[in-house]
Amino acid sequence: MEDTIAAISTALGVGAISIIRVSGKDSIEIVNSLTKSKKLVEKASHTINYDYIMDGDKEVDEVLISVMKAPRTFTCENIVEINAHGGITTTNYILKLLLNNGCRLAEPGEFTKRAFLNGRIDLTQAEGIMNLIESQTEKSRNLAIKQLDGKVSNMISDLREDIIKVEANIDVNIDFPEYDDIEVLTNEKILPSLKDIREKMHKILENSRDGLLVKDGIKTSIIGKPNVGKSSLLNRLLHENKAIVTDIEGTTRDIVEGKISIEGILLNIIDTAGIRDTEDIVESIGVKKSLELINESDLILFVLNNNEELTSKEKEILDLLKKKNYIIVINKCDLEDKLVINDDNIVRISALEDEGIDKLKDKIKEMFNLEKIETEDFSYLTNARSISLLEKAEKDLNNIINNIDNNLPIDMIELDLRNVWNTLGEIIGESYDEELLDQLFSRFCLGK
Amino acid sequence: MDYEIIVVGGGHAGCEAALAASRIGHKTLLVTSNVNNIADMPCNPSIGGSAKGIVVREIDALGGQMGKCADEGKIQIKMLNNAKGPAVQALRAQADKVIYPKLMRKELEKEENLTILEGMVEDLIVEDNVVKGIILSDGTRISSKSVILTTGTYLKADIMVGDTRRREGPHGEKPSQHLSDNLRKYGLNIIRLKTGTPQRIDKSTIDYSKTRVEPGDDKMLFFSFDEHKEYDTSKQTPCHLIYTTAETKRIIKENLNKASMYGGLSDVTGVGPRYCPSIEDKIVRFSDKDKHQLFLEPESNIEDDPTYGNTIYVQGFSTSMPHDVQELMVHSLPGLENAKILKYAYAIEYDAIYPTQMNLSLENKVLSNLFTAGQINGTSGYEEAAGQGIIAGINAARKVEGKEPLILKRNEAYIGVLIDDLVNKGIKDPYRLLTSRAEYRLLLRTDNADLRLRKYGYEAGLISEQQMNKLNEKIDLIEKLKEELKNKSITPTKEVNEYLSSIGSTPLQDGIKLYDLLKRPEVKMSDIEYFIDLDYSEEVKEQVDINIKYDGYIKKAEKEALKMLDLDNKKIPDDIDYSLIKNIASEARQKLSEVRPTSIGQALRISGVNPADISILMVYLKKEYYYDKR
Repeated sequence: MEDTIAAISTALGVGAISIIRVSGKDSIEIVNSLTKSKKLVEKASHTINYDYIMDGDKEVDEVLISVMKAPRTFTCENIVEINAHGGITTTNYILKLLLNNGCRLAEPGEFTKRAFLNGRIDLTQAEGIMNLIESQTEKSRNLAIKQLDGKVSNMISDLREDIIKVEANIDVNIDFPEYDDIEVLTNEKILPSLKDIREKMHKILENSRDGLLVKDGIKTSIIGKPNVGKSSLLNRLLHENKAIVTDIEGTTRDIVEGKISIEGILLNIIDTAGIRDTEDIVESIGVKKSLELINESDLILFVLNNNEELTSKEKEILDLLKKKNYIIVINKCDLEDKLVINDDNIVRISALEDEGIDKLKDKIKEMFNLEKIETEDFSYLTNARSISLLEKAEKDLNNIINNIDNNLPIDMIELDLRNVWNTLGEIIGESYDEELLDQLFSRFCLGK
Repeated sequence: MDYEIIVVGGGHAGCEAALAASRIGHKTLLVTSNVNNIADMPCNPSIGGSAKGIVVREIDALGGQMGKCADEGKIQIKMLNNAKGPAVQALRAQADKVIYPKLMRKELEKEENLTILEGMVEDLIVEDNVVKGIILSDGTRISSKSVILTTGTYLKADIMVGDTRRREGPHGEKPSQHLSDNLRKYGLNIIRLKTGTPQRIDKSTIDYSKTRVEPGDDKMLFFSFDEHKEYDTSKQTPCHLIYTTAETKRIIKENLNKASMYGGLSDVTGVGPRYCPSIEDKIVRFSDKDKHQLFLEPESNIEDDPTYGNTIYVQGFSTSMPHDVQELMVHSLPGLENAKILKYAYAIEYDAIYPTQMNLSLENKVLSNLFTAGQINGTSGYEEAAGQGIIAGINAARKVEGKEPLILKRNEAYIGVLIDDLVNKGIKDPYRLLTSRAEYRLLLRTDNADLRLRKYGYEAGLISEQQMNKLNEKIDLIEKLKEELKNKSITPTKEVNEYLSSIGSTPLQDGIKLYDLLKRPEVKMSDIEYFIDLDYSEEVKEQVDINIKYDGYIKKAEKEALKMLDLDNKKIPDDIDYSLIKNIASEARQKLSEVRPTSIGQALRISGVNPADISILMVYLKKEYYYDKR
């Protein structure tokens, strides 16, 4: 009865395509439950299938899904690989959906370990695998330590401390029921502290989602009709900033056109086809290609011409944008106003006159809470694994709060609380078995 | 061969071990230093409590004696945590310290296969690390196929009061002087532990008007699943609650350095239990608290008994202060201003075996055919001792018969949790069971101990055909009642909805099966009986109620347990050499070499062994042992 495991198996945030790999008995069923077609289970082994990943009714991403049935797979288990569009947010979103629907996050080297244990890999490779697990564990430990800012680690520790205090008190009530000088906790009494913990978790998560973008860069695409001023905008942005990287090491060369750091905020400009060679995306490649670009991006700068009326194609694009982070950049504001448009995310500029670029930067900061990141003393989780775990903890805590409303006995609530505590422990790499007992005996005065 | 099995010690572990071994049919000898102390309760006069009460039920399910003697020898009984969920409820009885041991001794004397001998065991007969019998202090050698040590606190026991240390047991008897040294000589790691007990007060010198009465439950309650005698719930003996005063605190603070543990003695090495600190510990560690709760517990209703007839046990007041300070302390308590102390409080230090040196069967890893149970394994508590005792008795018998041992899993019994913790985690202080130690506590309830364990008692030969039939009838009725509730629906009539509103439940929109209605937390089985006549026993109705109401949680726990069992089924060969696995972390290597787990699941539960170490271990095992060469 092995778990079904999932992990992002490509470098995050840089590639145009990211692959999320799922292995285990239930992998096909779990992924199937997230597809739009719900027909993945009917597909033959070793096929690639076009589909959408859904969160309820919401389309998360347009994807290609490889289905490989046991035993002829890498791990000798059922494997599903989801080829997603690679935006950090989208990829994490899909991983989170998988984790919320029955998958467990894979441990370092776990796919390879399973491959070996299931007889897939040659005996001679066993040493290598043991080394791999050791080094990956070491690596992820180091990474976790490095990535986990001391402050956020303390915040998670504090959350655990808050939870274990509630738990220890409940346990003392259970194990020493005759002691009436210890506060007897009831569902009503713990509700405020649980809500407070949830609030804190939520804050860290919100910060982390934005923080991740700061660290890895915001995948940004600039789209618009020909001659609308995309190139001038790009050049203006590039010109403004000396730290331009055009040749990025590794796999990303042909994908990321440039990294632009605007006062510490990293914009990864992706797929700027149509900007440099002035080929018209909207008109000639069409709406479908635009949709792909939109899906890949964390941020879309949609450039319109102030001097022209809105075309029907542009209206279609506007509708597509509604689900994403977008800014409508109205260029050529030095010319006559002919454009009529109503939207909250409008910035008016003149690339030619170098006007409004600051407003655009402010808008981006506002959109990703970056103002706060810069000015506030603020901490966040920086890797997808930690964020997924914290999201799981938050979801479990929500369930607990619901169960309290349903009047479940407090000792049952405590069992669920223990899971949340364990999940938080996984984030900071701590799960000290005796911690609860230590709490119990150090905080409460008991004895015969 | 003089005997098949020898049990050393007549405490709670020894009694269950000797009864199990002899009832299974083996010629058994129980050696005790004093036959009058058989099944004695040297500490508190209660049996059961949170988690512990469930252990007593488990012992009964397996065919042990503790629950039956406690039922008959109790003077009060309660269900603890009644207002909480079913998983944490547990029975606690105040047992009569005169009657309980008497009943137990009668049971021992009834067994044809069992001989009781008074004597002090000082050594074992050991050949090539195989135990073949015992040697008494007078040099007598008695041979056997296996030996069960249940020596309690009697290995090099020291009683400590103030600045005095005397080598004696709880009743002033001579302890075993050499047995623990000899065990060390055979290669065992011996540790020193400590515990304590409070004063006993003359019950006629207490002014009860200054106390709060703590009665037993109105409902008749029993530990045992078998036939029991009814009793008059109104005639239970109450306990009384009082609190320490500012004066108590002042006296203790002023005299603190006279307590054995605070400077009175300079050579205290034993580690005391965290969950039962002495009163001076509480005052030091929780100095902000002005008062501490104490329970006055009667030890016996047999008034002419010379030891326990007139005594009240002051639960919560254990101390190692000298006698003169104890007088001041006791007299500072409300209602005890003129109290007469019949026996002073004391601390006791004793030797124990570090428990990672035994197998999950309770057989020693170094000395084969040697089993240990109770305080010698580092536990504390009558129930923990008895739980190990019955397992040691069963497994010593099975060893003699050449059968596989009975190993209860963590998802099957608190006894399983207890032994697994001892073997895999070791101990720092005397081990007490707590509900928080049981990750599957939802499965380990007081109500279902028979459903969980009777089958093992039957297989071991301690549960009769008749007892088994009774259980099977219960199981059938549980299923029948579930079916009945699935087949009967009610519709949203005015009457139905009025009733539901009256019990604070949401009125119906559509028809609903009674089975589904019972899932609502606020709907009780008695409410279901408003809609349907049910002719079932309370036990059956309770099972069905719990199973339906907590179905989701129970299934989740069962799923988790299955995962654990799966890992437990991945065996580690006996001959594995951990020094050959180079990638494993050094702490993990050391712990694995020490505990020598028999399965991957067990390895994972060893403290200091991380999941990555387990992964590496699994790959190593596959490579070295299980690689399919095809």
